[in-house]
Amino acid sequence: MTTTHQPATDLGHLLHKHPDRAQSFSTSSGVAHVFYPKATNEECTVALLLEVDPIALVRGPGSTLTQYVNDRPYAAGSLLTVALGSVFRTAMNGRSESFPELARTPIPLVVRVPALPHRLAERLFTPLGWTVEVTEHGDSRYGDVTLTGTLKVSDALKHLYVLLPVLDGGKHYWVAADEVDKLLKAGDGWLAAHPDKELITTRYLARKRPLITSALERLADVDEVEPEELDNALAEPKISLAAQRKEAVIKALKEARAKRVLDLGCGGGALLRELVKEPEFTEIHGVDVSAKALQEAARKLHLDRMSDRLRERITLRQSALTYADPELAGYDAAVLMEVVEHVDPSRLPALEHSVFVVARPAVVLVTTPNVEYNALFETLPEGQMRHSDHRFEWTRAEFAAWAEGVAERRGYTVRHVPIGPEDTERGAPTQMAVFSLGDEN
Amino acid sequence: MDLKIPDLCLVVLIGASGSGKSTFARKHFLPTQVLSSDYFRGLVADDENDQSASAAAFDVLHYVASKRLEAGRVTVIDATNVQAPDRAKLIEVAKRANVLPVAIVLDTPTEVCLQRNAQRPDRDFGAHVVKRHRAALRRSLKFLGKEGFKRVHVLRSESDVDSSTIVYERLLNDLRHETGPFDVFGDVHGCRAELEELLVELGYLLVRDDEGRAIDAVPPADRKAVFVGDLVDRGPDTPGVLRLVMGMVAAGHALSVRGNHEEKLVRALRGHKVTVRHGLEKSLEQLTHETPEFRREVEKFCDGLIAHYVLDGGNLVVAHAGLPERYHGRASAKVRSFALYGDTTGETDAHGLPVRLPWANDYRGSAMVLYGHVLVPEAEWINNTMCLETGVVFGGKLTALRYPSREIVSVKAHQVWYENDRPFPPPVAERAPDVLALTDVTGLRRIDTSLIGAVTIRAEQSASALEVMSRFAIDPHDLLYLPPTMAPTATSQRDDVLEHPEDAFAEYAAAGVTQVICEEKHMGSRAVLLVRKEGGAIYTRTGRAFFDGALGTELLDRVRSACSGLFDEFSTDWLLLDAELMPWNAKASGLIREQYAAVGAAAGGALPVAVSALESAAARGVDVSELLARTTQRASNAEAYRAAYERYCWPVEGLDGVRIAPFQLLAAEGRTFHDRSHLWHLETLSRLEGPLFQQTRHLVVDTADPAAGVRWWEELTAAGGEGMVVKPLANLGGRVQPGVKVRGREYLRIIYGPDYTTPSNLARLRKRGLGRKRGLALREYALGIEALERVARGEPLWRVHECVFGVLALESEPVDPRL
Repeated sequence: MTTTHQPATDLGHLLHKHPDRAQSFSTSSGVAHVFYPKATNEECTVALLLEVDPIALVRGPGSTLTQYVNDRPYAAGSLLTVALGSVFRTAMNGRSESFPELARTPIPLVVRVPALPHRLAERLFTPLGWTVEVTEHGDSRYGDVTLTGTLKVSDALKHLYVLLPVLDGGKHYWVAADEVDKLLKAGDGWLAAHPDKELITTRYLARKRPLITSALERLADVDEVEPEELDNALAEPKISLAAQRKEAVIKALKEARAKRVLDLGCGGGALLRELVKEPEFTEIHGVDVSAKALQEAARKLHLDRMSDRLRERITLRQSALTYADPELAGYDAAVLMEVVEHVDPSRLPALEHSVFVVARPAVVLVTTPNVEYNALFETLPEGQMRHSDHRFEWTRAEFAAWAEGVAERRGYTVRHVPIGPEDTERGAPTQMAVFSLGDEN
Repeated sequence: MDLKIPDLCLVVLIGASGSGKSTFARKHFLPTQVLSSDYFRGLVADDENDQSASAAAFDVLHYVASKRLEAGRVTVIDATNVQAPDRAKLIEVAKRANVLPVAIVLDTPTEVCLQRNAQRPDRDFGAHVVKRHRAALRRSLKFLGKEGFKRVHVLRSESDVDSSTIVYERLLNDLRHETGPFDVFGDVHGCRAELEELLVELGYLLVRDDEGRAIDAVPPADRKAVFVGDLVDRGPDTPGVLRLVMGMVAAGHALSVRGNHEEKLVRALRGHKVTVRHGLEKSLEQLTHETPEFRREVEKFCDGLIAHYVLDGGNLVVAHAGLPERYHGRASAKVRSFALYGDTTGETDAHGLPVRLPWANDYRGSAMVLYGHVLVPEAEWINNTMCLETGVVFGGKLTALRYPSREIVSVKAHQVWYENDRPFPPPVAERAPDVLALTDVTGLRRIDTSLIGAVTIRAEQSASALEVMSRFAIDPHDLLYLPPTMAPTATSQRDDVLEHPEDAFAEYAAAGVTQVICEEKHMGSRAVLLVRKEGGAIYTRTGRAFFDGALGTELLDRVRSACSGLFDEFSTDWLLLDAELMPWNAKASGLIREQYAAVGAAAGGALPVAVSALESAAARGVDVSELLARTTQRASNAEAYRAAYERYCWPVEGLDGVRIAPFQLLAAEGRTFHDRSHLWHLETLSRLEGPLFQQTRHLVVDTADPAAGVRWWEELTAAGGEGMVVKPLANLGGRVQPGVKVRGREYLRIIYGPDYTTPSNLARLRKRGLGRKRGLALREYALGIEALERVARGEPLWRVHECVFGVLALESEPVDPRL
């Protein structure tokens, strides 16, 4: 950090670090060195260099990283700001016994951060009165960032303290509740008015939803507005498609008078939570290949404190649709909601065998995205699928061809149901096939 | 007196309190075979005489009895069992396990019982109880057979009890002592001429009577014929077939199980009301031309046929319609019905014939099961079972399988003898070939390997592998092998490196390995190449396809055309190769950009600026000399690091730039090569020509004189090589590590970070534990070889997949990823 406010060496007083000495401080993220490459009346530069122990990051007590090959020791992120907060704590608070006036005065400052993920740098620093200049480091997310502006030293330090980890997007330590306090304290006087305060809050708190809500509520309190107004950035963009899908599935199950229902690929239990509310589904069997997803489903369903009567309706089990699982036989209906597109096309015959031959329920519901509709999603770049794990997304004709082939081979009839708002040319965003065993008509 | 009981049965002791059941049981059976109601009352209620606990006690007793019987263990029930409803429950337990129930009644006189009880202080329940037991027992006696007991032994006196001995008899279906070799014949259906032809083809000598009729066939060299049943009906000469087969069976030259057609013929011959169709009309008509005496013999013969046989020490099971493993060697109406008719659902199809479930798809037993009954166009293996009914009577062929050589021999039908109710040959069924079941891979598993015995896979390891296998791996039909992990050499105690070849040589020398091969380690991604004449796959260590779509097909095509010489040399339609695919960025580009390049960029951005700031400070006279020296060193480490990873990346456009270095020929049709020397592998694979292939540089080293090997490694790594792999030249496997890697000093920067060479860092990194990794490497190697051997033996897919899945499951074990 450089100033040309004269006498420039007064910077040392504001920072409580003498310009003619190199000092070292032991901090929780490594050894922080403070020294002055330049210290004249006209111009004074203070440097903060953090030496991180790369081995301790992986093997030390409380280690949080798993890779020795890691950019953390070089990048300006949360490790650096922990050191910053510890070495310059008094200056950041704006206190200076010897130069109280100067501490309250905006002075010309240039801050250089030589390795910083720079994508959001201009967007986040500019509203705070900085001019941002970036030199990119090749084909990487890092750049050499220079901030120029006339600000109080304490404000400059606070901005860096909050925004460096925000730009980096990851924290090296577990985000605990007291991080909200740290954020509000360092953000005092500028965060509430920042146009990107939701983004900053979300990223600073490493996307921990309960913490974010709490921070936003308290910020709203400062601004005297409703938290919902602030929270709109966090709301699901497509609020209702998932809900409409579940509704359509439940409607089709009821039409089929299904009582014993399989949710194949139940994931975190989004559909299970709806099924359990409907007493006519007397047996609900959720299956997923991911043991982690099943734990999540059990947690969200509150299985552990469910009444015995409710609890005995639900079974959660790990299984895979590419293997024949006789336990799945004998049910009235099976739902594959947004599942087939996560299976490699070459494995679809195995899925077909598991579902339509081994499980063989009277009714099978399959929903999947209609790729024709993708063009209508503004945020979805052309040619990109809706989810990074999708192995394919089908047009209506492609889905129909697959569904009819299955029905023909396995003795089912099939009809198609659109889900979500229908476009005259492109159809609905989600398509559902309803397979019924034997001749329905 | 001898009490004969089947060698697998449920023995129900029946007798009043004090009749001496427990003493009898103790004398004749192992303590673990005897389940006493008193004991179970004690288990659930802490009091053996607490009658209020009886219901719970019997629940548990029945449960334990079921488990024992399912496992095929003789089990004895020591309870009074004087009431019919109590016995009915036990009979049900036996039937459910397909085991015969037998009764042994201790009809001890009342006075004796009372006398004995009087001597036991815990049995103070008075004479009326014993008298009631005795009365119930006397009433039951003559109905025991009807209740379902296959044998009833009554011991009327104390001397009977004292003098009796248990004599075990084998079941009628138990021919385990018959070890063959056998020729197993499919359904004959009255096609005498074809049967005679096939017998002659197989070397049997036909014996004819005065009228020229075949009445026996003498097998060559100790062989024996086995018929899967359905000798009769539909065809032109059922009496002729029976005359021949009956003669063979009588002479000890053949065995035959019962088919559903024999079952029905017996009923018809006995005058029962049966619907005469499906060819029964032919048999009945043909038999009218025979003597009444012959007809009686036929009736007796067919009636005496057993529904299934267990042969050759349990390795071979013959049943007309097949038999799942849990029914092998068992006896019950259910087992018999399955053996005769198959797994019927009760429904009928469009042709009025019963719908049958494909039990063979689910078969996982180790015994070979041979059967007929279901028409198939060709006899084919499904999970160690084979159906031999190839429809000779419908104009197909008569098929026999030679056991144990598995050779199929058939003769064509001389004509269409009977028009089929269903189209023949049957359309090539959409039989899901080798369906894999969830139970083939989940839960706690023990997989027997030829190299190191059983390998255990824990349930949670299977669970994590299930997700990876199911979501990302290629079709299991192409996933015949996964490569094992490889451990690094023991950590070097030299102060400038972490790994050094002298430790690898010393390790093998200590294990008695005199010659090792050093192979250059290619820095790319491990690839397994299954090259079929049509199709195949190129996949990663976790079973993912390397390249999608057209690119993958193109690469496979290039490899295939290079392999044509090897196809001929090993007369095979497919080859399985172990290889390294380069460059590193061909598959790992995401990882490289996100992790490796990011470190380079951040370090390259930060460190030079730091150095120059420190130099300025130093120029002002501030003492930063130590920090400046360290930071300068870090900057140069970062440079070295950057150079290290960039060496393994080069631009790839489509397939241009992709290179494959094959180093082991894993398997081809019917054979594996894991016992060949590594030089043989490298030499054989060096015949793959073209710009796509890269040779693997190597050097054979004598472990007693390893200096040349050390030098070779130094040169290799000084020139930027990743390092080398040291393997026993003779490819020993199992006993010692199949290979250890010795990585170069510079290369390890991209594993342990740019600054790992700093002495203080090296000192800490040296404390790495290799034991777990080495254990995994041995087990995964054994599983991989086992998979290959199972493929070579033509075993069912589930048996191969079990091993491949096992490798992936072991890989889910948390092990330091830098090893």
